[in-house]
Amino acid sequence: MQKPIIELRSISKAFGSVQANKNISLKVKSGTIHGIVGENGAGKSTLMSILYGFYKADRGDIIINGQAAVISDSQDAIGLGIGMVFQHFKLIENFSVLENIVLGAETGALIEPSLQNARKILTTLAREYELHVDPDSLISDLNVGMLQRIEILKALYRQAEILILDEPTGVLTPSEAEHLFRILRNLKNEGKTIILITHKLKEIMNVTDTVSVMRQGEMTETLSTKNTNPEQLAELMVGRKVLLRVNKNKAKPRKSVLKCSNLNYSDAQGINRLKNISFDLREGEILGIAGVAGNGQSELLEVLSGIKSTNGEIELKGETIPLFGKMSNPYNRRNSGVSHVPEDRQKLGLIMEYSAWENMAFGYHRNPEYKNKKFFMHNSHLKSQTSDRMKKFDIRPSDLNILAKSFSGGNQQKLVLAREIEQNPDVLIVGQPTRGVDIGAIEFIHKRLIELRDSGKAILLISVELDEILSLSDRIMVLFDGQIMGERLAANTDEKELGLLMAGIT
Amino acid sequence: MNILPKWAELVLIPLISVCIAFVISGIIIVLIGENPISALKLMIDGALGSSYGWGYTLYYATNFLFTGLAVSIAFHAKLFNIGGEGQATVGGLGVAIVCLSFPWPHWSVALIAASFGAMAFGAIWGLIPAYLQAKRGSHIVITTIMFNFIAAALLNYLLVNVFRPDGSMDPATAKFPDQTNLPTLHEILSLIGIPFSKAAPANVCFLIAILSCFLVWVLLWRTRLGYEIRAFGHSDSAAEYAGISSSKIIIVTMMISGALAGLMAINNVMGEAERLVMNSAEGAGFIGIAVALMGRSHPFGVLLASILFGFLYQGGAELALWTSIPRELIVVIQALVILFTGALDNLVRIPLEKTFIYFRKGNA
Amino acid sequence: MEFLTIIQILDSTIRLATPLIFAALAGLFSERAGIFDIGLEGKMLISAFLAAAVAASSGSVWVGLFAGIVGSVVFSGIHGVASITFKGNQIISGVAINFLAAGLTVLIAQSWFSQGGRTPSLSGSARFNPVNLPFTEALQNIPYLGIIYNELISGHTVLVYVALILVPLSWWVLFKTTVGLRLRAVGENPAALDTAGISVARTRYLAILICGILCGLSGVYLSTGLSAGFVKDMSAGRGYIALAALIFAKWRPWYVLAACLLFGLLEAISNRYQNIDIFSFTLPVQFMQSLPYILTVVILAGFIGKAVPPKAGGQPYIKER
Repeated sequence: MQKPIIELRSISKAFGSVQANKNISLKVKSGTIHGIVGENGAGKSTLMSILYGFYKADRGDIIINGQAAVISDSQDAIGLGIGMVFQHFKLIENFSVLENIVLGAETGALIEPSLQNARKILTTLAREYELHVDPDSLISDLNVGMLQRIEILKALYRQAEILILDEPTGVLTPSEAEHLFRILRNLKNEGKTIILITHKLKEIMNVTDTVSVMRQGEMTETLSTKNTNPEQLAELMVGRKVLLRVNKNKAKPRKSVLKCSNLNYSDAQGINRLKNISFDLREGEILGIAGVAGNGQSELLEVLSGIKSTNGEIELKGETIPLFGKMSNPYNRRNSGVSHVPEDRQKLGLIMEYSAWENMAFGYHRNPEYKNKKFFMHNSHLKSQTSDRMKKFDIRPSDLNILAKSFSGGNQQKLVLAREIEQNPDVLIVGQPTRGVDIGAIEFIHKRLIELRDSGKAILLISVELDEILSLSDRIMVLFDGQIMGERLAANTDEKELGLLMAGIT
Repeated sequence: MNILPKWAELVLIPLISVCIAFVISGIIIVLIGENPISALKLMIDGALGSSYGWGYTLYYATNFLFTGLAVSIAFHAKLFNIGGEGQATVGGLGVAIVCLSFPWPHWSVALIAASFGAMAFGAIWGLIPAYLQAKRGSHIVITTIMFNFIAAALLNYLLVNVFRPDGSMDPATAKFPDQTNLPTLHEILSLIGIPFSKAAPANVCFLIAILSCFLVWVLLWRTRLGYEIRAFGHSDSAAEYAGISSSKIIIVTMMISGALAGLMAINNVMGEAERLVMNSAEGAGFIGIAVALMGRSHPFGVLLASILFGFLYQGGAELALWTSIPRELIVVIQALVILFTGALDNLVRIPLEKTFIYFRKGNA
Repeated sequence: MEFLTIIQILDSTIRLATPLIFAALAGLFSERAGIFDIGLEGKMLISAFLAAAVAASSGSVWVGLFAGIVGSVVFSGIHGVASITFKGNQIISGVAINFLAAGLTVLIAQSWFSQGGRTPSLSGSARFNPVNLPFTEALQNIPYLGIIYNELISGHTVLVYVALILVPLSWWVLFKTTVGLRLRAVGENPAALDTAGISVARTRYLAILICGILCGLSGVYLSTGLSAGFVKDMSAGRGYIALAALIFAKWRPWYVLAACLLFGLLEAISNRYQNIDIFSFTLPVQFMQSLPYILTVVILAGFIGKAVPPKAGGQPYIKER
């Protein structure tokens, strides 16, 4: 029996009063691809960060290649042949590719020799593993798929034998993800060990040999991938049976309520982010906009919600609304009947330092219902309203004085949703509604969106999770490079077809 | 997860930070060859031991309350207004112009007009850096510091060349007419039979400062504008999402802040000096920063902190009189308070959190 | 205007720009590494005081120089501990340092010398004296060039030359060495360094140390080179002006030199011409005195281009969870 190359024994780690890892034991065999699944907050990233020396475990042992290892910082881990590709890239934007690769692994006091050395090694690596990059280009000029390649090259440059990847496909098109998996299989064939952290069950089934499931800081089970399936994995992740697709009735769309024509938006750097966007949104339907992050989704949300101005025309309930100038702002847009659940609830949707009740008026705080005499806010009304809504949306803990930052991701999202839905908008635009949200809350949020649709409202759903788009939408459009690539009925399309459109292939 | 209960966050941390600042100050006093305990005794006697001392303590506290509120309200919008000194200086100009240009029949009318004058001038001095920050991205910290220097130069020029009465060699305005003299605490308290030092400068402006304190609290936590200011301070990106204009908040907040700092002039220029002199603000704008940090930018905390600093200032004056410790000691204490309450709060917070977790685990 | 007058003004310019160059380069290293330093003023002040005080007591300006640098490094260390280890607010820390220096210098000066908060005047070996470069005798009689060499180039104190050499040296360190690469990296994205296994804190402390030394040189020069002794608040806002020069220079070493020379020129002109007559209108002395501050505001208002600071500047590094 092959000895494991990595063994973790009884690893525990707490952050303050939160126990992120509880007594975790894990064995990974050399030359395999091992997956680690779990919901957000299950502790996967923490565990791997400990292996990489980014954090130090409170208790437990790490054994690499049969020998006890002390990993007190990433230098130790790198010395042991461990490399990690993080979810959010750790690159310097205005440095070149070479400078980024060499940073921290320089060969002397002057940088020139280090750069020359790196250039040579990069050429070799590119040949061996299909990892082609231009060594002199600036990071800020490269696309996301390229950046990930550079992160992998960084690890290989430091002679990593064990490669950890944390949620690598979040920013890739399906075909880019396939290319990544090809690279990973090549690496495996060269004898490298790969650990893949992901919440996407399909990827686990696709590329891993073995998989471990984590739940709430504990290691639940480790299985051989060919002996399991997504449903079993989901159940292990959550602890109960999980509905992977939402049940919904057929949509009964009525008249058009939001009509966009030729929206053209360029950002502060002058780059054209939205190119001639035109679509029609009707009452009683969910229009899903699919696409890999960075293709104009965020800009589309900003333009529709009034945060940014744009060229073109938008008709709301038959009336043209102003798209630039003083009258084009989120406050007026809300008054016109457009509510917005933003992509980033912590950065945009909520004030983390405000309590739940203070957040309930956020964006609507100038409305007459919250007015008390001329300048004051009607706090008592706001508080009782919050209390009711927290019950209705099952937000826990149900204390309206708790600060937003103390709620879990799912409950924070429900707060935002409660606020936006209960304003009874004609149009609800939603960005990444279930990002960083536990499965229980995902089910709740999906159900509420369907309910909203069935009550005759119009929903524009923007999400990078293709499953979510396919599950919820009635019609689907794909955004690629700021353009609408195509429109399909959800019932008549599938991931493969959408994947091609997402990659710009019509 | 909030590890520390609210009272620990708002009261305990600044309290411990201030104690550390005082201890270090005590060590410095030892190092320059004086006895910190006897220095403290002298300070307490001089500042709190008589109504004369209290009169001065409350007079200074009034100054610091105005400037402390000014810095606090800017802090709520995450703006660092270091320009309180300059705003207080120009506020003095406003007061002087009002008091000297019109024959006021009664001090109450003069006070209202002078208040508006002070606030208007102070607001303008806060408006310019605010506008530059909002529209041009100029760092408000540096611009407000620059405006302090510019205000001093402006005051210098005006006092020497414009306001100086003919025949006087003193760079100062003429004395304000008697009708503008404000009632001191001595006069106010004697109306209800309480004896109070006649010589101390504490005056009716102390009551106005307390009123301002209350009004700032109402503004921040009960009005829509306050809701927007605090939201913007916490997250300007979220504020944009909510339709709150960042330019509007920056400009309005700084104008209110400048107005509050400028309003200080009714106390020192109109209430005490009864004319405008060079360097009239005497560092009160800077002490306002320490007061705001110590009071955690909460109006009530600022009130307590300003009384503490009033005590320090008066105590420091007594020290300078009776020992060889110069008044600059107060600047050192002020610096240490700013350092420990504003930048080193984690020094206190982290061990405190560990203590709370330890006791919580013990009880669990 | 006479040629000699122009040369004298330029000569003044270099001398007045020197403290700014030291301080701005100090700020450059600190801010490139991601630590905002508003406390240049305070460090300048404490080092000016310590240098003058120790030079006066010991009679040697070099001992004074050492003391001044130590003082500045200590204050820089305080800022570093507050910003790096305790992840505090860097602007508040800088402001506190400025007040601390303002108060402590007078406090200690009074306790030490009892002269009302200043040090005794320095003379002889207790201050820096002009250095005559070789060939001054030989070039003396050559028209124009002779004057330029003798008045403008030669005859400065040694620290002036040090400041000028530090500009290309800083450029070389920042852009051609491994240390410089890491310093710049830690100001753009500290996580990149952390995940490569290099200590973010250690790299930033190095920047803080360099900042302390350079700022110390600034203050030392003020009280032992430009003037002869310390007086209360003698830095007079130069630390902030250096900061403005740094922003104006978009955090690049050669542009820093140009910006500091510009401010130096302004001060030289305002020193020489107390009241300037433009047509029939006399610019008052107070206006000339406040000109550097007004110019700082104008520069920051972006009328002279937009400045993009290091990306991770001013934010404490906290490992993401």
